[in-house]
Amino acid sequence: MPTTTIAGREIHVDDDGFMTEYDEWNEDLAKELAAAIGIGDLTDGHWKAINFLREDYKEQGETATLRRVTASGGIPTKELFQLFPKKPARKMSYVAGLPKPVGCV
Amino acid sequence: MTDAPFVPDFGDDDDERKIAFICSKGSLDMAYPALIMASGALEQGLEAHIFFTFWGMDMINKKTMGDLKFSPVGNPATHMPAALAPLPGMQTMATARMKKQMEELDIPDVPTFLTHLSDMGCNLWACKMSVDMFELDEAGMIDELDGVLNVSDFIEIIEGAQTIFV
Repeated sequence: MPTTTIAGREIHVDDDGFMTEYDEWNEDLAKELAAAIGIGDLTDGHWKAINFLREDYKEQGETATLRRVTASGGIPTKELFQLFPKKPARKMSYVAGLPKPVGCV
Repeated sequence: MTDAPFVPDFGDDDDERKIAFICSKGSLDMAYPALIMASGALEQGLEAHIFFTFWGMDMINKKTMGDLKFSPVGNPATHMPAALAPLPGMQTMATARMKKQMEELDIPDVPTFLTHLSDMGCNLWACKMSVDMFELDEAGMIDELDGVLNVSDFIEIIEGAQTIFV
């Protein structure tokens, strides 16, 4: 399993660079991950999505799809596209320190 | 590892990709493929278009969109004896079963799915000729519709798009 160092912390990642160890993540790291993919300041909107993804992953054992973040997390899809431009499902998973979603919808 | 952190490539700088689907069928099982693929494409940051034509109009007609059917008749993939498929009640049963399977997979029903796609930025177009043929008006079609286009206009809009006919 490859590792990489972000902001002085060594983290385990998969072949695409997504974190693989749930417990290696914390909020400070999230800020660094976001900055690394061009998302500047994390707003309350970002945190709402990130926290939902973290909680949902703990319960479901897999990363929520975009549809699920809207339907169960209550965050409108349009807003997710604004917060995490172009590829919200993957980008928010990355910032939340989770694997990219496997579900299609 | 090198000093630079290893970060996923989200391909944000890639050339703009475009994809288009033509939905020409009005059965439940033929409604889902384009909707699911369009959603995947939009999640990947592509510009997506769906053109509804002929029986595909049932997908955006408010009267029919929530009540599309799946028929096992003539469909060997159901693995049902061919003589049983046309029996009364079989279509209702097969439709209910497919809807349940979709629900279990967290796949929304067709009207909800179209709203979801529109929220993702999908362009939804109705075919002018089909609108005339089925005597539909804008009030009778989904509110998320981006417009009614003739074929020439649609072909112009999807210039350069990968196009999939369903």
